[in-house]
Amino acid sequence: MRCYVGIDLGSTTTKAVILGDDGGILGRGITNSRSNYDLAAKVAREEAFITARFGLLRQEVEAAAGTELLERLLKAFRMSQTLAQLERTHELIAAEVEHTVAERLRKSTLAVVEDMIRVIADEEVIWFEDPDPPARSDFFRDTAGSAYMRLAEERGDPAGVSFDLLVGLYDKCIIKVENEPLELGFSDHIDAALARIGDPLVVREAVEKAAGTEFDEVSCVGTGYGRARLPFPKEQIRSEILCHGLGAHAMFPDTRTVLDIGGQDTKAIQVDGHGIVTSFQMNDRCAAGCGRYLGYIADEMNIGLHELGPLAQKSTRTVKINSTCTVFAGAELRERLSLGEKRENILAGLHRAIILRAMSLLARSGGIDDEFTFTGGVARNPAAVKALRDLTEENYGDRTLNISADSIYTGALGGALFARREAQGS
Amino acid sequence: MATDSADSVVQKDRSMVLQKNMIAEHFKRLERAPESGEPVVYTFVPGNLTELIRSFDALPLLPEINALQSGMRGKSKDYIAEAERAGHSEDVCTYVKCDIGMLKSGNIGPTGTKLPKPDLLLLSYTGCYTFMKWFELLREEYDCPTVFLQIPYQGDGELEPEHRKYIVDQIEADLIPAMEKISGKKYDEDKLKHHLGLAAEAEDDLVAVLHSAKNRPSPIDSYFGGVYYVGPIFSAFRGTEEGVEYYRELRKEVEARVAAGLGPVTPDGSLDEQDYRLVVEGPPNWTSFREFWRMFSEEKAVVVASTYTKVGGTYDLGFRHDPSDPLGTMADYCGGCYTNLNMPSRIDMLVNYIKDYSADGFVINSVKSCNSFSAGQLMMLREVEKRTGVPGAFIESDLVDPRYFSAANIKNRLESYLQMIDARRQRTAS
Repeated sequence: MRCYVGIDLGSTTTKAVILGDDGGILGRGITNSRSNYDLAAKVAREEAFITARFGLLRQEVEAAAGTELLERLLKAFRMSQTLAQLERTHELIAAEVEHTVAERLRKSTLAVVEDMIRVIADEEVIWFEDPDPPARSDFFRDTAGSAYMRLAEERGDPAGVSFDLLVGLYDKCIIKVENEPLELGFSDHIDAALARIGDPLVVREAVEKAAGTEFDEVSCVGTGYGRARLPFPKEQIRSEILCHGLGAHAMFPDTRTVLDIGGQDTKAIQVDGHGIVTSFQMNDRCAAGCGRYLGYIADEMNIGLHELGPLAQKSTRTVKINSTCTVFAGAELRERLSLGEKRENILAGLHRAIILRAMSLLARSGGIDDEFTFTGGVARNPAAVKALRDLTEENYGDRTLNISADSIYTGALGGALFARREAQGS
Repeated sequence: MATDSADSVVQKDRSMVLQKNMIAEHFKRLERAPESGEPVVYTFVPGNLTELIRSFDALPLLPEINALQSGMRGKSKDYIAEAERAGHSEDVCTYVKCDIGMLKSGNIGPTGTKLPKPDLLLLSYTGCYTFMKWFELLREEYDCPTVFLQIPYQGDGELEPEHRKYIVDQIEADLIPAMEKISGKKYDEDKLKHHLGLAAEAEDDLVAVLHSAKNRPSPIDSYFGGVYYVGPIFSAFRGTEEGVEYYRELRKEVEARVAAGLGPVTPDGSLDEQDYRLVVEGPPNWTSFREFWRMFSEEKAVVVASTYTKVGGTYDLGFRHDPSDPLGTMADYCGGCYTNLNMPSRIDMLVNYIKDYSADGFVINSVKSCNSFSAGQLMMLREVEKRTGVPGAFIESDLVDPRYFSAANIKNRLESYLQMIDARRQRTAS
């Protein structure tokens, strides 16, 4: 099967999209960018090919056994991957203990770690088997990390092993886990996943068919903040501004204005009826008002990034935040909290503040035309979306605001479209 | 305006060597001035009256040239820090801070020679309010005579006859007596005319060089190379024999490159294959000048016209120093510098450059610490886009403060912009 790949190497996450010959999306993959860009690109690509194979499976399995079985298979597959990563983390921590921990502490440390890993594994199984699991980060580093911290706090001291030692071990080893190419591909885990759902024959046949399909990668285009680091020749690299423009056009063909808020870039883009960029503005010198700003605020409040938006939505009023500097906004946050202001009201103000910065870029790029598409990681945040909707209405009147559930893949999609366009010569 | 190119460009043309020697010799003369008795006049590039200064056998010294040279030589960071310690805030023009910092650090000029104190501060106010404050600071420091020529801003797009008379009156009433006093010499109109004649000669050759960018490939880069080309005429050498010789030589070299079908010499060699012809508005960044240039040359982008190379005179729009009306021509010159033009005139200039030089695009480098240049640039961008149908790019940096040059950000914008031009070309072709 001929296919085209787009990879968007962002400062926070790396995304990959695979397109078929007809331009339809075959698969998508995402991973955290870590410090190793090459590996991040490899992992995202691998992930995208896994979803592409599940895409092939879907039709067969759905027709024969319904969607439920397929969803269960997908979850079982993810669980198998997660448990493999957890096991590898355990191995590395154990080795680290042997090398670096004083002998008198070794045994107790190993015992606590083993106990913790076992609990995390059990919790993972419960999460994956839950038909409606609580929201959490997409990345192993975050989910395993938060469980590990919680357990280290509970179980370290009673066993005579300090919290700091346990956390130090995790921090050191998680980097290794992330930066070594683990076998997480389709063929590595599909059998375990099949076994877990009882190995139904109809699914096994479909799996074999999907696994046997060859993907013929015709071309690949890389984009994003780290694009210069991608191991691609220059002709295969596109600016993320062009990719976001084209990606947004593909998702919503009537798009004329695109706002992308990523980890450290905010871009306001105007496109024509073909998705070609006609004008753009982006933040300069300072990344205040980008995704990292929210990450910093989440850290300050000691909550997860994905919890920020929902919390802000509970606000009863919007506190005015003046600082455009991330660090000063953090100080303002603490001051407001000390004055007794509710967290959710302050958060509503912070979301409005970052969207106000985006509004300035939008104005400078030529305003907000109809239709208007919001992309990037921050488009997943409901409070940011609400602030954008409100400010768009206030400043430009009625505009159709498009947000795709897959908006984080917009850049990678644009890249894949460029790859396809060039290969097909259109 | 860069004035010392020879050691930083790969291939050395004779004009480069000439320029290097001229500059070195000038700074040596400045260093000897306290002993030789040659009076020293500090003045700014826009509206500089070099011919008049020379006619009194005095030497001009240009603080903003020193500042940009310090930027190119990696010294501005420390000078700026020194000025900030002395109480100048982060938002002040970085040329000023660099100059003040240099002064506080012993006043050693860009070529390593000691700079003399001024005998006169001559300010021709040409659209930059900061110049005024700058010389106020220097006056405080040196306690020397100051002449402040008030040049009316071309708010309506031209210099009115009463404006011209107003400037001429000031030259007669204030400047000439002040020059006579510091030099001990009488005003000599014939000598002034001689210098003005030499100025016009060099201006003709410079304009020929600038117009050469209409060729394909363009034999020059009118921004990154342009700042070297305007160096002598914008600084101390307009109206001098050396200046005439330099521009004669430069013109010959450029004409030879046209005949050979060659492009300009860039930090990476000759740029003969040119994929993008651009017009640039705004000053360059000096602290990362070569890196900045490379971002263009690596993409095979050549600058065919720029407005910054007109801050010391808009010769390519037709102005020439006219020896038959010595004081009037100096008034015209001061009024017509790029910084003294209103927004519609600046927009017209960009629009005409895009058309006359068949440009594919235009780039605005908006400079953080220069409000005279930067205010209104986005409006200019939109207007030029509307009138030409050519898309513009907007990048941001600073003159000599290295803290405001974010290479990754600028490169990203520039690459995106050039790819945007590509995408539009492909669209038009299909």
